[in-house]
Amino acid sequence: MSKHDPRPSLEDLDARLRKARGETSEDSESDGSGVPPSGLGMAFRVGTEMVAGVVVGTGIGWLLDQWLGTRPWLMVVFFFIGAAAGMLNVYRTVAGFGLAAGYRPPGKDQPEDKGPED
Amino acid sequence: MDFRETQKYGSYVAKPLEQFEIKTLMPIEIGGMDVSFTNASLFMVIAITAVTLFLTLGMRRHALVPGRWQSMAELSYEFIASLLRDNVGKEGRRYFPFVFTLFMFLLFSNAIGLIPYAFTVTSHVIVTFALAAVVFLGVTVIAIIKHGLGFFRFFLPPGVPLYMAPLLVPIEVVSYLARPVTLALRLFANMMAGHTMLKVFAGFVVLLGFAGIAPIAVIIALYGLEVIVAVLQAYVFTILTCLYLSDALHLH
Repeated sequence: MSKHDPRPSLEDLDARLRKARGETSEDSESDGSGVPPSGLGMAFRVGTEMVAGVVVGTGIGWLLDQWLGTRPWLMVVFFFIGAAAGMLNVYRTVAGFGLAAGYRPPGKDQPEDKGPED
Repeated sequence: MDFRETQKYGSYVAKPLEQFEIKTLMPIEIGGMDVSFTNASLFMVIAITAVTLFLTLGMRRHALVPGRWQSMAELSYEFIASLLRDNVGKEGRRYFPFVFTLFMFLLFSNAIGLIPYAFTVTSHVIVTFALAAVVFLGVTVIAIIKHGLGFFRFFLPPGVPLYMAPLLVPIEVVSYLARPVTLALRLFANMMAGHTMLKVFAGFVVLLGFAGIAPIAVIIALYGLEVIVAVLQAYVFTILTCLYLSDALHLH
């Protein structure tokens, strides 16, 4: 680079760099992770979801029992609720709803984003 | 192998779970609570110091054309920035400092834990659960501030008849509460399983004598896998934080 060259402005350089990298502007949204899900990772994730659902459900039931003195009935009820929640989470993971809880209105968001692999 | 031999070799075999022991380095007690400085605390301090040094020294010269070190520091910044942009969108910008700190802390704790004789902070469920609980509480508070009581609509799927609510709402609530548990369990289980496995195979090396070359080969392969797991789990924790944040901000 010779001394006589006028130096290009930094904004110009930044714009050219962005273009070269194929990046779009700041507020663009693309789908998330670039890591493809692997079989083992998926299995592990499904396992954790299931176990966590049951454990959390049973735990809540146990705490409510301690509080209300209704042992063991709420624990039994919440065990099944926890199992259902675990299965729901597993379904959401496998069906590719990403890791979102709650529901998406149909059509608003396509269930394409896979979420990260484990 | 008879009993005497077992005893003889027994002292060489590393106990696979010994590495997870918490040792008090400096006993401190405040108000009847044990807040001693342990080896876990020490390695957290080491991780934080390493991150700080890595970033501040890397950016010390802040040259326009970065050197290798500065390049790494900038890469880690850009990685998290783009992760946040892709998963949360423009509003996610405000939470960058937290997410970046979280990622760097996890990455460095996981990586430092792979150095022989080092302690892996993230192999303790209480550490990962504390981090997950912070994320969970923070995200919930953000959602309630942003959407007010509308947040609780989250637990009742749209288009469901009202008489189904008593069944569905508890399920949704439990499924929501299970989030920090899965988040914590995943990181903890991966780190602990990996490190235990390394130690178990290391024990075989001594026992097998000359044939110990075979387990050494396995350890090398496992170690490579562990490096991947260390980075990947830090990434997974961070991306899940981003996704939860995005949920809280946009609330489908």
